Amino acid sequence: MDLSRRDALAALAAAGVAGVAGAMVLDDDEGRNRGDGSLPDETLAALVAVAETVYPEAADGIEPFVETYVAGRIAADPAHREGVVTAVADLDATARDWVGAPLTDLGRSARDQLLRDLSVDVADPDPDGNLAAQVRFYLVNELLYAFYASPTGGRLVGIENPAGYPGGTESYQRGRMDDGDG
Amino acid sequence: MTGMADDRSPVPDADVCIVGAGPAGAIVAAHLSEAGHDVVVLDAGPRFDLDDRTEQLDAHLRPGVEETTRGDGEAVDGLWGMGGKRDAYTSSGSKEYPLNAARVKGVGGSTLHWQGMVMRLHERDFELQSRHGVGTDWPIDYTDLRPYYAEAEAELGVAGAADNPFAPPREDPHPLPAFPPSHSDSIFAEACESLELPMHSVPNARNSEPYDGASACVGYGTCKPVCPSGAKYTAERHVARAEAAGARVIDRAPVQRLAHDGERIEAAVYATPDGTEHRQNARAVVLACGGVENVRLLLLSASDDHPDGLANSSGAVGRYFMDHCFAGVGGRIDRPTRQNHVGFNTSECHALYDDVDPLPGVKLEFLNYAGPSPVSEALHADDWGDSLLDSLRESYGTHLAVGALVEQFPRAENRITLDHSTTDDHGNPVPDVRWSIGPETRAAIERVNEVQRAILRELDAEIDWTVGSDETGPAFHHMGTTRMGTDPDESVVDPDCQAHDCDNLWIAGSSVFPTGGGMNPTLTIAALSCRLADRLDEWM
Repeated sequence: MDLSRRDALAALAAAGVAGVAGAMVLDDDEGRNRGDGSLPDETLAALVAVAETVYPEAADGIEPFVETYVAGRIAADPAHREGVVTAVADLDATARDWVGAPLTDLGRSARDQLLRDLSVDVADPDPDGNLAAQVRFYLVNELLYAFYASPTGGRLVGIENPAGYPGGTESYQRGRMDDGDG
Repeated sequence: MTGMADDRSPVPDADVCIVGAGPAGAIVAAHLSEAGHDVVVLDAGPRFDLDDRTEQLDAHLRPGVEETTRGDGEAVDGLWGMGGKRDAYTSSGSKEYPLNAARVKGVGGSTLHWQGMVMRLHERDFELQSRHGVGTDWPIDYTDLRPYYAEAEAELGVAGAADNPFAPPREDPHPLPAFPPSHSDSIFAEACESLELPMHSVPNARNSEPYDGASACVGYGTCKPVCPSGAKYTAERHVARAEAAGARVIDRAPVQRLAHDGERIEAAVYATPDGTEHRQNARAVVLACGGVENVRLLLLSASDDHPDGLANSSGAVGRYFMDHCFAGVGGRIDRPTRQNHVGFNTSECHALYDDVDPLPGVKLEFLNYAGPSPVSEALHADDWGDSLLDSLRESYGTHLAVGALVEQFPRAENRITLDHSTTDDHGNPVPDVRWSIGPETRAAIERVNEVQRAILRELDAEIDWTVGSDETGPAFHHMGTTRMGTDPDESVVDPDCQAHDCDNLWIAGSSVFPTGGGMNPTLTIAALSCRLADRLDEWM
């Protein structure tokens, strides 16, 4: 199951920044946003690391998907950017403190354990809450929203037009998923 | 410099002052302003920016994003800023009434969060007393309202089809083609055919094709509470029309009372966010702020001449409060049901509506959004990765549900009054809602539950929930509290929606319904507003 930048743009559309996504995000050959609102490389790398943990193992193409989606969100919302950067920095500091390594150096299972030890799995997402609540809001739920509101993530569950995605009025009439790409 | 949006001063020499910018008031405003009258509309709530709808979708789907404060610093619930002292109320009936979930204050009113189902009342709804000896007759019948129903369907851009064998007669097709049936409708059709329950399309105030300058539905799936595409009708369309024709719409201007000389209203006294009060004079006033606030405003306008409230010599103001009760059964079957692609329904059944036993009308609805949405479930889960995907796959895909709206008959003890022990942000007594469910409605709910279970049993479904007579709740349709009639001793407004007791007061909306039927009320609200605008135009 290959995530694509198209999925990321779909997720951006769902998040309400569709109108700017194409222009502001895909501004170099790699689809990376190099504008003023771009994230530091270490923040993007940490986000990809969290995505690799919270997405199903079958998901491929996570890095460009995350870079496009998150960059798009950031470009549209500077306050959100600050929240993401802060949550990543705090999570990374916790990783260094608790297990003696930066988040991006941890394997998938170690990252998973770190998040659970922080109680991120059971935290109520809250942009103004404690570290677990902020990580849940800015990182985990941000990434899950992007994934499961995209046709590709939805298809893994059995729905090519998930809530929040403007996938038209054909799919609800069909008895099974079509073979298209969303 | 003060912008137009911040200028909340009264309009000099207004012909008509309309209180409330929901569909009832906005349609009147558009028609009268286009007819050349000077119209001013006052609404207690704000204008909601159309550009914010996708952010509202985000807030709806993502936990933790909800707007938790309003501009005035009050804590609120939901996407549309309801709650806090501004919207305080009490609920003292035997059945709790969640008033602030049931309405929106602001330009567009409750169409901002509504589902958008728009069917005509049946002929029997206007003649319940004559035909069955219950409730009361309307002073007008279906024939009177029929041309206005057609007009209202054009106003709202209704997508529908003439495939309902139980519907009242109509001449012309709906302005837009109906949305095709869903896959789950085709599953239900097997069962309903064997149970002799003909299914038919749902008339939707939602664009199946581009209409009235708005997009066709693009399938966001979040119709209730927010449509980011603009395909679902909101009364903002009529507000825009009214403003284009010269009407002045003042938001965040809650009307405190209607100043009157005993026979005529002189002014609507309203407050503005800067703490000042203004008087909007007008030749005529149209109350259009819903079945609860219409009442509260009349009661707050009591005087020596009208000690029980304005236009209340009958004592009927606030009484006969009705809603529709929800009944439903849901379960799972062993094949894909394809739910939650869209947020609206495409098929229903009116077979349990006319001349049935028990008598209350029942409208069956075949839901297209049964069971959990994977997106929302993922964001609330205590897990992630492959195990989350496994649980989403297990929980999604095979749910089905049949809902229903069930009629309430008018009961004098179900009523809106003032609770003088609690005050709002302007020091006014808040509304008290006394709501209960009568035995005939309970019997109808139990009967429709049997039918709903029979449908699911035909499909070999495993039934896992029922909303019955104990669990039922309101469908958020506030009707009956300023009832229409010919007898001033028994009713509040005449058949033209003009108050018996006050020559220049008119009331729009479902508060004038003498009975409520079992159909979603907004098309009838719109039809009555078209009719009221005609009558008021003549009166002017």
